[in-house]
Amino acid sequence: MQLARVMGEVVATIKDPNLIGSKLLVLQPIAGSGEPVGRTLVALDSVGAGVGEHVFFVRGREAAFPFYPAEPPTDASIVGIVDHWNMEK
Amino acid sequence: MILAKIVGTVVATRKDDRLVSSKLLVARPMDPRGTPEGSYLVAVDTVDAGVGETVLIVSGSSARMAAGLKDCPVDAAIVGIVDSIEVRD
Repeated sequence: MQLARVMGEVVATIKDPNLIGSKLLVLQPIAGSGEPVGRTLVALDSVGAGVGEHVFFVRGREAAFPFYPAEPPTDASIVGIVDHWNMEK
Repeated sequence: MILAKIVGTVVATRKDDRLVSSKLLVARPMDPRGTPEGSYLVAVDTVDAGVGETVLIVSGSSARMAAGLKDCPVDAAIVGIVDSIEVRD
C-alpha cells in the first residue's frame, strides 16, 4: 500500500457497469515527508475519502477486494483515510 | 487506473482468438491537467470510446475484470469515458 493525497475528482457517465456508484478520485502518491513522488493516478474510493485528505491505497488485482462480492475493474483503490503519520528522523 | 487520451485505432487480422471482435485503441497517458506523460499503449475498448476522448484505463490483471474480458489476454482496458476532471491544489 502507498500513501497519497487526494487531488481531485473524475466524473465519467459512460463506464463499466461494475464501476457505477463508486467515486473516482485523482491521487498523488507521496513520500514519508509529504513530498509528491511519482505519477498521479485514478483510484476507486471504498472509504468515503475526499479532496485534500491523505489516504492509503492498494494497487493491483487486490484493489477489487474492498468491493466484494462485486468485482469492479480497478487496479487502485483507496482503503484508508490517514489521520496522521510519524517518521523517525 | 490512469487517465489517457485516445489518439488512434489498431487493426489486427491475426490475433488471439479471445481478442476477436475486441476494439483496440492507441492511448496516450496524461496527467489530470491534460499534459501527456509516459509512453503510448494499446488498450481494449469496453465502453465505445473514440479518438480524441479522455478515458480511464485499468492496467494489469485487473483489466480482465472489465465487462466481456474474462480470461482474455489483455493488460489494459478502457473502462470509462471521462466527462470532467476537477483538481484542487
